Amino acid sequence: MDAVLRIFRGDAQGGQFQDYTVPLHEGMVVLDAIHHVQAHAASDLACRWNCKAGRCGSCSAEVDGKPKLMCMTRMDEFQPSEPITVAPLKAFPVIKDLVCDVSWNYEVNKRIPPFHPKPPEPDGTWRMQQEDIDRVQEFRKCIECFLCQDVCHVLRDHEKKDSFAGPRFFVRVASLEMHPLDVASRTAYLEEQGGIGLCNITKCCTEVCPESIRITDNAIIPLKERVVDDFYDPVRLAWRWLTRRDRAP
Amino acid sequence: MDRFETYRYDVLVVGAGGAGLRAAIEAAAQGASVGLICKSLLGKAHTVMAEGGVAAALANTDGRDSWQVHFRDTMRGGKMLNDWRMAELLAREAPARVVELEGWGALFDRTPDGRILQRNFGGHQYPRLAHVGDRTGLEMIRTLQDKTVHSPGIDVYMECTVARLLKDDGRISGALAYRRETGRFVVFRTKAVVLATGGIGRAYKINSNSWEYTGDGHALAYDAGADLIGMEFVQFHPTGMVWPLSVRGILVTEGVRGEGGVLKNSQGERFMFRYIPEMFRADFADTEDEADRWVAEVIAGRTATVRRPPELLTRDVVARAIAQEVREGRGSPHGGAFLDIASRRKPEEIRKKLPSMYQQFYELADVDITRQPMEVGPTTHYMMGGVRVDAETQAATVPGLFAAGEVAGGLHGANRLGGNSLSDLLVFGRRAGLGAAAYAKAYAGDLQVDAREIEAIAAELLAPFDHVGGENPYAVHDGLQDMMGTYVGIARSESDLRTALSELERLRARAARVGVEGHRQYNPGWHVAVDLRHLLTVSEAVTRAALERRESRGAHMRVDYPDSEPAFATVNVVVRRRGDAMTVDQEPIPPLPDALRRIVEGKD
Repeated sequence: MDAVLRIFRGDAQGGQFQDYTVPLHEGMVVLDAIHHVQAHAASDLACRWNCKAGRCGSCSAEVDGKPKLMCMTRMDEFQPSEPITVAPLKAFPVIKDLVCDVSWNYEVNKRIPPFHPKPPEPDGTWRMQQEDIDRVQEFRKCIECFLCQDVCHVLRDHEKKDSFAGPRFFVRVASLEMHPLDVASRTAYLEEQGGIGLCNITKCCTEVCPESIRITDNAIIPLKERVVDDFYDPVRLAWRWLTRRDRAP
Repeated sequence: MDRFETYRYDVLVVGAGGAGLRAAIEAAAQGASVGLICKSLLGKAHTVMAEGGVAAALANTDGRDSWQVHFRDTMRGGKMLNDWRMAELLAREAPARVVELEGWGALFDRTPDGRILQRNFGGHQYPRLAHVGDRTGLEMIRTLQDKTVHSPGIDVYMECTVARLLKDDGRISGALAYRRETGRFVVFRTKAVVLATGGIGRAYKINSNSWEYTGDGHALAYDAGADLIGMEFVQFHPTGMVWPLSVRGILVTEGVRGEGGVLKNSQGERFMFRYIPEMFRADFADTEDEADRWVAEVIAGRTATVRRPPELLTRDVVARAIAQEVREGRGSPHGGAFLDIASRRKPEEIRKKLPSMYQQFYELADVDITRQPMEVGPTTHYMMGGVRVDAETQAATVPGLFAAGEVAGGLHGANRLGGNSLSDLLVFGRRAGLGAAAYAKAYAGDLQVDAREIEAIAAELLAPFDHVGGENPYAVHDGLQDMMGTYVGIARSESDLRTALSELERLRARAARVGVEGHRQYNPGWHVAVDLRHLLTVSEAVTRAALERRESRGAHMRVDYPDSEPAFATVNVVVRRRGDAMTVDQEPIPPLPDALRRIVEGKD
């Protein structure tokens, strides 16, 4: 049996969808179908991939309008009678075909204040309890597929890339802020550069996360609470006003 | 040449997996200016796929462990062909490198008293692998990536492929690369190059590797005149997925067996008891009862008082055993063995300790590993052989060239132990960074790159665009993978290897005629065409080295020479370029010093 893939072909100047017929086999995923098209019909079809096992987060695309990892999306999820549409992530500029320019994400990451551990025990190591790191390990499962960035309204529809870090980087900040060894504070970053206040917790990011990270509930909401505590608590506001000369520039 | 983008660095690191990142961090810390090049986006390198853990004798989980035991396990696992000094450095330095990662933010699973938890793995006498569930590689690469981003002095070039190294009067002086996004060439002028390009798995059809694993570093070093050693030792991991076709070869972590999983044939027999080699007989259980007691003790967090299950023998032994069971008609429906954890551990424990495996089988193979066994079989996984390096500095035999991680040879001998690759990346990535930075600092000469040479290479790289109606690069790659699997796979013979050499000639002729469509911007067909050159070089090196080693040892099995031969016990097979010809020589390995020999023999 065959399936038809309707794939975006084009670049920053524009493009169109083109149909390709591929034979189906048991267990086939969308990325297999893309590879078939490359090998047999369009050797210059651009797409990113690496591990083909849902571990590296390279092959993100919009399959029938839904942000997915192509390597983890089975062809038998779709009606064989209908063409399957494959398009690049919409929130980022297209480079060519299914490859888009995600460099903005790497720039955002650079601005997050880095990990800063407390001093180790006298033996040079640290003690941590598993219960204390479980919640941070959830955030560290992130494979940087940027599907959450792709569906976030603030980035996708409102184009606030200059003032909003996006769910991926709130997860990243949460993994640092809740790290048992870390002593730095990133609430100023979240408030002033990260723009966490713009998130209106619609949970679209959580729904598309292939690692099932509860981005909104476990990362964003607790971070919002920390920002409120640090910046909008009246007692702390007064304290900060009184001690502001001592604040680091 | 002026028309090419040009950059200058003290040290150019090629590859941004664990070894490349660690090398870049160290070179920058020494004050060198560093260019870091990766074929993919940052953080996507193959290290991300490492599952089981990083081997380091921290002795947290079992206090009897020490660097000496780790050294002994590594040498015995490598069938004594290892560069013993590298094995010693690995065992001595791995614990500090792991603790250092923790100081950079990595979060390993914990023991009840809050230290780094360690798990059992094949060939390691004690639980030794620091891990994070079954996604240890992701934790490592993310930690190193963030350290790199915040290290001053490192410029990262993402989606950039190095096509050739450049030399000036015998020394490394630069590299010619192209950007995938635009197809434009980039000239890097540098005093030192650290190769950290990983392995060669894409030379085989059934493999656990990403598209990046095309032997670039091996071929770049070979072309530059460096020695390659141990190229006959390709590790076939015993447990890759075998069904459905779409996922064939994808890795199933050894951690499944470390957590108590057992291997069975179609008759329900735990066949590994029949495959314990003489050398390891004293260390492994010979009854199911004893093996099960070991698992029970370990799971309960107690120190094991009995011998370990034979499922935890080294990878070469287990892979060959599965292949033999299949050959003799006792395979699973799709030509593998059954790996069963469902009947050994509780569902919630399996999901906690092996979450990626659970997800991988559930979503891609419709198998619930908490209820059903997995079907597994050998998959090309790792290259033991590689660039011959100095143990202390990772310097190759060409001045200015360094190599670390999978692309370097020697450390693992004839067979690598699981978990030793991640410690390799950290220990020798750091040493390569130190070595390259020191070399660059000490070298005051003015290195040139040859503009005519660069123009000629560029023209050669662009030739596929002129071959209208030429060979399809994907078809040539496919042909190479089939050929290597058939003639240079897990079981080899003189006649098969000779056939492979003549097939390689034909494939080389086809590769010279490949044509690609479209333009230079992000063109995967062109990228495959460029990679073919490297794949053909490493495939020839593997084949010639395999012909030369007329014995079976570790991962290298010759059906026409089924035994290990004393004459080959102390020699490396060295592959190097002389003119345009690939030559093969046997060279003696320096003898093991007495102090280390006593450790290997278990007397210290």
